[in-house]
Amino acid sequence: MLRSPRAIPYLLLLPSIVVIAAVVLVPVLVSLWSSFTPYNLTRPATLFTFVGWRNYQRLFANADFWWAFGRTLVFVTVALNLELVFGLALALLVNRVTTGRKTIRTIMMFPMMFSPILVGFQFKYVFNDSVGILNNALFSLGLITRPIPWLVNGALANFSILAAEIWMSTSIFAILLLSGLLALPQDPIEAAKVDGCNPVQVFRHITLPFLMPFIYIAMTIRSLDVARAYDMVRIMTNGGPAGRTELLWTLIARVGYQNSQMGMANAMGYVSILTSIAFTFYFYRKLSLSRRYMGGAE
Amino acid sequence: MAEVHLSKVVKRYGALEIVHGIDLDIAHNEFVVLVGPSGCGKSTTLRMIAGLEEISGGTISIGDRVVNSLPPRARNISMVFQNYALYPHMTVRENLGFGLKIARQSPAVIEQRVNEAADILGLSPLMDRLPANLSGGQRQRVAMGRAIVRNPDVFLFDEPLSNLDAKLRGQMRVEIKKLHQRVKTTVVYVTHDQVEAMTLADRIVIMRDGHIEQVGTPIDLFERPVNTFVAGFIGSPPMNQLEAMIGSRPAGPVAVLADGTELPLPPEFAGRVTADQAVIVGFRPENLYPAGHGIPAAGQTLDMDRTVSLSEPLGTETMLFLDFGGREVQAKMLNPRLVAPGERMPFKLDLGHLHVFDRASGKSLRA
Repeated sequence: MLRSPRAIPYLLLLPSIVVIAAVVLVPVLVSLWSSFTPYNLTRPATLFTFVGWRNYQRLFANADFWWAFGRTLVFVTVALNLELVFGLALALLVNRVTTGRKTIRTIMMFPMMFSPILVGFQFKYVFNDSVGILNNALFSLGLITRPIPWLVNGALANFSILAAEIWMSTSIFAILLLSGLLALPQDPIEAAKVDGCNPVQVFRHITLPFLMPFIYIAMTIRSLDVARAYDMVRIMTNGGPAGRTELLWTLIARVGYQNSQMGMANAMGYVSILTSIAFTFYFYRKLSLSRRYMGGAE
Repeated sequence: MAEVHLSKVVKRYGALEIVHGIDLDIAHNEFVVLVGPSGCGKSTTLRMIAGLEEISGGTISIGDRVVNSLPPRARNISMVFQNYALYPHMTVRENLGFGLKIARQSPAVIEQRVNEAADILGLSPLMDRLPANLSGGQRQRVAMGRAIVRNPDVFLFDEPLSNLDAKLRGQMRVEIKKLHQRVKTTVVYVTHDQVEAMTLADRIVIMRDGHIEQVGTPIDLFERPVNTFVAGFIGSPPMNQLEAMIGSRPAGPVAVLADGTELPLPPEFAGRVTADQAVIVGFRPENLYPAGHGIPAAGQTLDMDRTVSLSEPLGTETMLFLDFGGREVQAKMLNPRLVAPGERMPFKLDLGHLHVFDRASGKSLRA
């Protein structure tokens, strides 16, 4: 049977099938299975106890989970929108520059060259209430008389994490949108000027619709990136104070590795991954809608 | 009323001067075509009128307003671009109405004007399509419709037909001419195609290297080109141009060609040429024809037998290539019959339509 001509394609594909199964398929299936078990790292035998939807039921009844879930959603929304606005402004500015644009583009990419862990350490130092450069600067300028507890107060801690995230990733938006601006055909813009548009109207009616596909691509990529935020939060606040900056993945890591409740952690992971898929789906829909008419520009 | 006046208009990019102080007066409702080879400054001039390029020197006025420092939106002009420049994310209807919407016209007015334009241009069945789903000719029509809905003082066309295939170009040319007869407005039209210039223009402006070479009606330019450049640019196929020396004979001046042939010059050149002057003699292909196959000359002809090296049958006429005066020239044969290469035929050259240019300056020696 192995010698039959119909088997040859499958035999040739077999090595890759084996590799994919080993590194993707089996882990996915095992983790999916474990989300239906009370799997605890300290008691391996629990992996074989099927409990049905129990993890998910507990999860949905768990306020900590919903707080982390909601906080992640807010975090993604606020970070993405601010990064979009800042990135767009940055791209529009750089687009006006005629000499040295390449150098500026390279400089813009500096924040992306650092590991998020290091960015986390750096901002932890910046926002440190006693030795941090920010508080010291505010003191020296006479703007504050008492140190501001940036990473200790819940709201301020979230703000600090957002600031670090935006510092690191705005340039990704800027680069993607700049490439859109550079590809922007000049003709419709000139036509709009002749048609009576002032610069703001040109931007609103011509430039922005043209940029929408680029914006949605950036949004898709970045929504996945921000939704899996872990490293920077882990370093800066570790979810604290008192869980006020706990995001989905910091919570999942805590449940899985510190509490060893791997079954529960996997159930949480699946919920967050399905959410991310929903986000991606939404942005792709928007993307293909906005791209529909961009074929006939010339 | 919208005349357009250009006075000593200069365009510089850094140290490089593209347009060297041109003067041009365009009358109300006149259709003026700027024509010339690529790089002659015609598009730049048009874009300066539109306000898409800054004017480095001189003044441009539309009506009685100097527009030098006005942005395009304040000039009340419309422009049709070479690549149509439609708004890709708007339907045909939205494209047509965009300018009116920006001008804050009421929806009823927009609707009415857009429908009028669509009727004129036959766009009514396409109103809800996006530009991506239109053919080249349809896009061109939308671009023109977008220009006419706004009732501008001046229409500017920047090589609007050069992206269309030959057949469609001919059709659209006729449509543009009809459109101008219907929607009387001042038009400035840029093209590199002399046929478009000849067929459309009330007046043609021929440009080269940032200078205006000649301004005149199509017939003017065809019959009385002021220099060898205009002579070679207007007319298809171009005028035959031969190097010659002026000789003086008792009957009047003659042009002596490189092979010794003597062409008696028309009387209008008497006194305008001097003996031994180096000149270029020009004649159009239709003024050199096989005996019995041309428009009979009113005056004197030069008769000769020549061998045809190549023939191009075009249907109503055949172009013949033959050696004359030391060069290959083209002759036009009306009522053609099949001509085999190498065939020897009697030719007639109509001496009444000779052009003579000074060889050094290229300028016409005609009065």
